[in-house]
Amino acid sequence: MHDLIVIGAGPAGLAAALAAREAGLEKILIVERDAEPGGILNQCIHNGFGIEYFKEELTGPEYAERFISDLSKTDIELMTDTMALRVTGNTVHALSAKGGYRVLPAKSVILAMGCRERARGSVALPGDRPSGILTAGTAQRYVNIEGLAVGKRVVVLGSGDIGLIMARRMTLEGAKVLACVELMPYSGGLNRNIVQCLNDYDIPLYLSHTVTGIRGKKRLTGVTVSRVDDCFHPVPGTEIDFFCDTLLLSVGLIPENELTRAAGIKMDPRTRGAVVYENNETSLPGVFACGNVLHVHDIADLVTVESQRAGRAAARYVLHGKTPDSSVVSVQYGEGLVYALPQKIRIKIADDVTTVYFRVNRIFCSGTVHVYGLCGEIASFKRTHMAPGEMQRIKLSRELLQKSGGEITVSAKEADA
Amino acid sequence: MKELTCTLCPRGCRLYVDENNGFAVTGNACPRGAEYGRTECENPVRTVTSTVRVLSKTHPRCPVKTDRPIPRAQVTDAVAALRNITLCPPVRLRQIVLENVCGTGANFIATRSL
Repeated sequence: MHDLIVIGAGPAGLAAALAAREAGLEKILIVERDAEPGGILNQCIHNGFGIEYFKEELTGPEYAERFISDLSKTDIELMTDTMALRVTGNTVHALSAKGGYRVLPAKSVILAMGCRERARGSVALPGDRPSGILTAGTAQRYVNIEGLAVGKRVVVLGSGDIGLIMARRMTLEGAKVLACVELMPYSGGLNRNIVQCLNDYDIPLYLSHTVTGIRGKKRLTGVTVSRVDDCFHPVPGTEIDFFCDTLLLSVGLIPENELTRAAGIKMDPRTRGAVVYENNETSLPGVFACGNVLHVHDIADLVTVESQRAGRAAARYVLHGKTPDSSVVSVQYGEGLVYALPQKIRIKIADDVTTVYFRVNRIFCSGTVHVYGLCGEIASFKRTHMAPGEMQRIKLSRELLQKSGGEITVSAKEADA
Repeated sequence: MKELTCTLCPRGCRLYVDENNGFAVTGNACPRGAEYGRTECENPVRTVTSTVRVLSKTHPRCPVKTDRPIPRAQVTDAVAALRNITLCPPVRLRQIVLENVCGTGANFIATRSL
């Protein structure tokens, strides 16, 4: 019987397992479907990781290696090439070529499966179905891990960070990146990536544009790009034709929650992840969720911090027993927000200060974040700049939460509105 | 007058840098922006990341980076200089892969062990 089984050995799973060990758990197992730990960090060879957590700039593989190296100094068991098929409150069903089908009992489970990319099927692209259309992350794996060339003339649809990073990477590998096309009137990626991946290489960014045509029999030969109106409908007469052999899609990420849903864990349709308490515990006692499987993060550093919290909570659950479910404050997202997390805070067991994470649904130049309890506003925070691509944080003290009356609503407004 | 976006924080100020007036910066909301605008125009530098070939079936590529930022104008040449390099495992983290890249004084180092 394991004290804890962690599903996934990416940044979330590694940080969670190490934190649980530090908090006193003995028998810990990590189940990983890839051949080695590290998760998506292994293919993110660019730098920019660790600035917040390690206070120094690292590449993805370097960031991963810090945790992998710490892991190797413990007796935490790592089962690679193993697929978790099913999770219940106290077992994990796992399958591997070496070990066959195993039912592994566990006192607690941490879900750290990460997310996957939205592909062509999720964005309803019209036109032919030739080869040469792939997600930015797939191209990233081909180029950075397998050393394969992906294409020579490239158009990128979507301006998410992976798409921007790959525009630069393909350029440096000798390809011509013709355009980056974004449906929204603003980019979904970080400023830094717009500047260093597009502007540095004179790659044009077409905002409020989308792909309206795809041509090619066997291999992609070209795409048509059109401007869209305020309702995202293509405007006739604005078509631009690009001759290209590759279309990279960077159109969003979806938390990979098949195991979570099958376990009957309560989900949040906004985050597409589990509904969690302040310590990352899901609706199934003893099962915790952290990292991109819970909600998609912008930076790995925040995944690390969140996952360490989940790891400590799993240790507390195993060592001190079930968490009493009293004095729960529910967290609602209000005007201007896409979601807020955690969805529930148990005031009595929460830390003195609880961090609430949220995303806004549009750009705020000079915003104010309002926190309302059942009897009116209990706190407000000024933010000079907020954009949908940047996860926001506010810190709420226990005293403040006690004033809420059992429910808080977080809203964002433009300061002068 | 040069126009650029500050990358130091998410706010992303639109900066205007006057090359004919000692790289005077306007449009910045904080002093760090002025410094950024000046450096970006006078001597823009970048840390470069790429991969090199490895004689290994399981890991055919090893990720690398420059151990300090190099002038932006030399980034393309720096990456091209990696094409002829092949590593043999074992590779140590931070092992030097290519010394004094394009005369910049920076080295390409391995960013993982293999």
